[in-house]
Amino acid sequence: MSARDNILARVRRGLGLPGDKPGAERVLTEEHIRKNQRGPRPAYRWDNDADRFQERSEKLGTTVDRVATLSEVPAAVARYLMEKALPQNGVMWPGLRSLEWEDAGLSFATREARPDDLVGVTGAFCAISETGTLMLLSGKDTPAAVSLLPETHIAIVEMQRIVPGMEEAWDLMKAERGAPPRAINFVSGPSRTADIEQTIVIGAHGPYRVHVVLYGSADFQ
Amino acid sequence: MQLTSFSFKSNVRRKLIDPLLQRNMKRFGGRFVEARAAVMTEVGNLEEIRVAAAAIRDRSLANLDSYLLTFEEKARARGTEVHWAETAQDVNRILIGIAQASGVRKIVKSKSMVSEESGLNDAVEAAGMEAIETDLGEYILQLAHEPPSHIIAPAIHKSVEEVAELFSEKHHTPRSTDIPALCREAREQLRPHFLSADMGISGGNFLIAETGSVVIVTNEGNGRMVTTLPRIHVAITGIEKVLPTLNDFSTIVRLLTRSATGQSITNYVSMLTGPRQEGDLDGPLQSHIILVDSGRSRLLGTEMQKALRCIRCGACMNHCPVYQNIGGHAYGWVYPGPIGAILTPSYVGLENALDLPQASTLCGACQVVCPVKIPLPELMRVLREKSFERGLRPWYERMSIRLWRGFANHPRLYALLTQVGVRLLSMLGGKKGLLHRLPGLDGWTEGRDMPAPQGRTFRELYRNRRS
Repeated sequence: MSARDNILARVRRGLGLPGDKPGAERVLTEEHIRKNQRGPRPAYRWDNDADRFQERSEKLGTTVDRVATLSEVPAAVARYLMEKALPQNGVMWPGLRSLEWEDAGLSFATREARPDDLVGVTGAFCAISETGTLMLLSGKDTPAAVSLLPETHIAIVEMQRIVPGMEEAWDLMKAERGAPPRAINFVSGPSRTADIEQTIVIGAHGPYRVHVVLYGSADFQ
Repeated sequence: MQLTSFSFKSNVRRKLIDPLLQRNMKRFGGRFVEARAAVMTEVGNLEEIRVAAAAIRDRSLANLDSYLLTFEEKARARGTEVHWAETAQDVNRILIGIAQASGVRKIVKSKSMVSEESGLNDAVEAAGMEAIETDLGEYILQLAHEPPSHIIAPAIHKSVEEVAELFSEKHHTPRSTDIPALCREAREQLRPHFLSADMGISGGNFLIAETGSVVIVTNEGNGRMVTTLPRIHVAITGIEKVLPTLNDFSTIVRLLTRSATGQSITNYVSMLTGPRQEGDLDGPLQSHIILVDSGRSRLLGTEMQKALRCIRCGACMNHCPVYQNIGGHAYGWVYPGPIGAILTPSYVGLENALDLPQASTLCGACQVVCPVKIPLPELMRVLREKSFERGLRPWYERMSIRLWRGFANHPRLYALLTQVGVRLLSMLGGKKGLLHRLPGLDGWTEGRDMPAPQGRTFRELYRNRRS
C-alpha cells in the first residue's frame, strides 16, 4: 500500500465509510461541485460598483483616477508618474502594447518583470467592488510578476469590468476562460506587514504604491 | 518543531515571570480584538455566514476522501505533482527528494505552519541546502533561532528593540528602532534571495477540489514571490484543507481575513493551478503539492472531528485570556492558544500534552469568535475527560475526584460535610469575608483572595425559603 492509499483508507475508516475507495459518494460530491452553490453574501449593499470600488480601494491605500476612454489612459499614467516624481519608464504587460504610450512621453518594455523595473503597468481581468480588489490572470500577455516586483504598480481597469463580488468574478473567469490560468492574483492595495509590534507598514515585499486608472463609463449600471 | 508541551506548567511559570515577554504581551493586548470587532460589525449577517462556513467545512470533511481524489485528479491534469505524506518525517523526506532530483541549493519559504510541524528547515539544512524564511515575522525568528508564537503573527512576542538588536547584529547595519526602516531592511536583504532561489515553498490556506488549485492568503507579497520566481514551487498543506468549490472559498475567505487581522480582504489572495503554461513569461516550471496527514485522519469520526474545520485565523488565541498572559511558546508546539490545546494533544498524543486542555478557564470567548463555530471549550472538556479516564491525571487529582464522587453519591453525608465546610470557611474569612490562604489550594490564593462563603449552604437556604 502506498502512503496515498493508507491515508485514504484511514480517512474512510475514520468516517465510517465502507471499503477502501469511494464509490457512490464520489458521484454525489462531483454532483455537488457541479451545482456550484453560492453562500450567503454580507448584508451591506451599494448602488454603484465603480464608486464602491473606488471608495474601498482608497481605504486600502490604492489611488484611483478616472478617464473617459482607453485612449486617454497613457496621458493619465504619465500625469500620475509626474506627480509622484516616479520614472517615466518600466515594464508593462505585452497585452497593453497597442496604446499610444510614446505620445504621452512614456516608454515601457513589454516583457516579464526584472529586478530593476521600478514601475509595472498591468490591466486587470476584472475588479471587485465589494473589497476594492483587482483580479489579475497570468498568461503569455499578462505575466504575473509585473504587478509584484516593481515598487509602483499601475493597473488599467475598464469600468464595465467591475463586478460586485468574488462569486461574479469566478463566473466571469469560467465563462471567458473555462479553466483558471496558472496564477490568479487578487490584489487589494499595496503590500503591507504588521509583523513588528502589530504596526502596519505599507510596502513589504511587493509594491509600495498601487494606482488604478479606470476608463469607460459606468452608465451600464 | 521541538515539542515541549509535556512541561507546560513549568513553561508557564517561566513565561509569567519573564518581564520582557510580559511587557510585549501587554502591548499585544486588544489590537487584534478591536480590529476584528470593527470589521465584523460591517457584515451585518455575520451569524448567517458563519453557519454557512461551518457547513462548508463539515461537508468537506464528511467526504474528505472523495474531495481529495477530485482535487488530485484536477491538479494532476494541470501538471501538478501530488505527493502524500503520512507523517511529519515523510514531509521532509518527500521535499528533500524533490529538491535533490532537481539540484536545488537555495529555498525561499513563505509561512507554512505544517512545515513547522516537521521541523522542515533543520532537515533541509542537514541535507546540505539553504532554507530562508521570507515572511517578516518568520525571518526575524529564523535569525533569532526561535519558533513562532502565533499562527498568523509569529513574532508577536518580540519587541521592536529586540528586532533592532537582531538586525544590527546579523546584517551588520546601524541599529534602528524605526519600524518602517526595519521592514525596508528585511526587504532589501530578502529580495536577492527571491531572485536567486531554485525552489519556493509555501503553505496552502485551502485546496480547491473543483479546479485542483492551492490558494494562499497573504499580505506581504513574499507568498507571491516564492510561488512565482523560483523554478520549482512546492505547497505543503494538511489533507483537511480541501474545499469543494471556488464559491465555497469566497464564503470562507470573507470570514478568514476578518477574523485573523480585521481586514475585509488581505492584500493578496493567490490561486495557483499547475506550473507555467505554454507561452507564459513567468511562473515555476515545476509545481508540487504535499498533502499531509500526520495525525489528522485520526480525528475523523471522533468528537474531535470538528477541530478539523479550523481555517487557522488565530482569533481563538487573540481572544484567549490564557494566551494573552503566557504567550504562544508556553504551549510547546506549533499551534498555541485554544485550538492548539486541542490539536497538539490530538496530533502528538494526549500523554505528551496533558496540561494543554486544562489551560483554559472555559470562558468561551474562543467559541464565540471562531468563524467556523468550533465548540472549543466542549472539545477541551472531552480531552479532560479522556485524560482522567486514561489515568493520565496526577494521583491527587484522581483521588480528589474519586473522593468527591463518593460524597456526592451519599446526599446526607454530603450535606453534613458541606455544612461544616462552609461554616469553617466563613469563620476563616473573618470580617472582610476573604480568604488569603487555602491549605492545599495555594495556587489559587497566591495572587488573589478567595471570597469566603457566608455560612449557609445552598441546600440550607433553599430549605429555609420553602418553609
